[in-house]
Amino acid sequence: MKIQSKIFDQWFPILVHIACLLPIPWLILNAWQGNLTADPIRAALLRTGKIALELLILSLACTPLNNIFGFKPALRVRRALGDYSFLYTSLHFAIFVSLDYGFDLQLITNELVRPYALVGLIAGLLLIPLAITSFSPWPKRLGKNWKRLHNLVYGINLLAALHFILVVKQGVVEPYLWLILIIFLLVLRLPPIRHFLSGFFKHQE
Amino acid sequence: MIKIDPSEITPKHLYLSRRQFIDSAGAAVVGALALAACKGNVPTVTTAAPGYTGPTSDELGAPLTSFQDITNYNNYYEFSTNKESVANLVTDFPISPWSIQVSGLVKDPKTYTIEDLQKFQPEPRIYRLRCVEAWSMVIPWIGFPLHKLLDDVQPTSDATYVQFTSIYDPKNMPLQGSNLLNWPYVEGLRLDEAMHDLTLMVTGMYREDLPKQDGAPIRLVVPWKYGFKGIKAIVKIELVNFQPDSTWMQAASNEYGFYANVNPNVDHPRWSQATERRIGEVARIKTLMFNGYEKEVASLYVGMDLKKNF
Repeated sequence: MKIQSKIFDQWFPILVHIACLLPIPWLILNAWQGNLTADPIRAALLRTGKIALELLILSLACTPLNNIFGFKPALRVRRALGDYSFLYTSLHFAIFVSLDYGFDLQLITNELVRPYALVGLIAGLLLIPLAITSFSPWPKRLGKNWKRLHNLVYGINLLAALHFILVVKQGVVEPYLWLILIIFLLVLRLPPIRHFLSGFFKHQE
Repeated sequence: MIKIDPSEITPKHLYLSRRQFIDSAGAAVVGALALAACKGNVPTVTTAAPGYTGPTSDELGAPLTSFQDITNYNNYYEFSTNKESVANLVTDFPISPWSIQVSGLVKDPKTYTIEDLQKFQPEPRIYRLRCVEAWSMVIPWIGFPLHKLLDDVQPTSDATYVQFTSIYDPKNMPLQGSNLLNWPYVEGLRLDEAMHDLTLMVTGMYREDLPKQDGAPIRLVVPWKYGFKGIKAIVKIELVNFQPDSTWMQAASNEYGFYANVNPNVDHPRWSQATERRIGEVARIKTLMFNGYEKEVASLYVGMDLKKNF
């Protein structure tokens, strides 16, 4: 399972950065060409929100990928994935405030008190300290507390999935699938399960 | 546990540029999206369907939604929960021959073919359509008032409600094989609502036959109610003496009521109904009481608590 190639180690993070950035020109191109459904603002909102959620979940997958499968390069992109998730969360919020609600404070506050929006807002606000402290010198300065602070990402993942669940109509299963994946990735962190699985996969090598 | 030095995780030049990027990207993307959205907002002659020569706006001056948008943004859960996918999934759905059975508490139960319905003389009617999801369109339907059909079968004096049923065709409607909703789709109206002249049985749109994704061959349109009341692909209409249990009431009675009148003052439990986005436009507009048909229909609900009877 271990990928030793030096070239891969060099290129893997760069590829991840490119992959994380590509949705932005893609979204603009789609909007420009009028390929963003009949309701482009809603589509842009949904798309940025979904990418933010997917990147957040990917950042959650990095640790098990390393611990269980020995895929060490995952750790080198973990923080970048979290930061990009914050970037898309910010875009999502910016579109909501500007294009969707035209900076109408009364409408925005009226909407923000609803459970779906409140849950999303809390998740987004909690991401701010994580995004800020993911850059130097914070990891060193915070020491042990850095890890404690960044454990918030577990709760943020759950809130993000809940935000998605609360906004869809009955019968739409997609957000529940994301929630199951998040719970699965959290369960993989439980020490007995982690130890069992990492032992199992080492044994296989 | 593998120890990793923080500096090993992201090279410095990358995270520095990333930080600048986060600052500027937000503004840039929103700006670009705004430009793109405005570009699509310029009303042009091409918004109509080819060959359409009728009026280009509703009685309030709102321009018609384009044929392209009306036929590619459809809530039709029998086919998909994805509004953009419906148009591609309906192509093999057979709609001919088709008949519609009208029965129940009537003196003269009848079964009509689509061709038979021509005798009710479908006419063009431009209506606003307000979806419960807070978007809306302005659509030039072709249809006939339901009361013409009901008069033809003569409801008995016991009849108080009308129940509509869609086709059950799981072979051609992929999601009818799932338990997403209770199939077939059922809707209902109070008899006086059904007899109202605005209540339309629709067979066409933009002077063409009704496209399949919009509910062909025949659908209901009740312009002062949320779009989900407008049941599609109808095969049965029954006059009954009880309030029908509609499909969305069965799915979530706390969120979708029997009346489902468009009302900016009664929010959906999870989102506001005060505003809506008109498809093709950027800024939200205020939702009108009874979707702008207050003068015509408010008398149907005198003395009713519309917050309770949502």
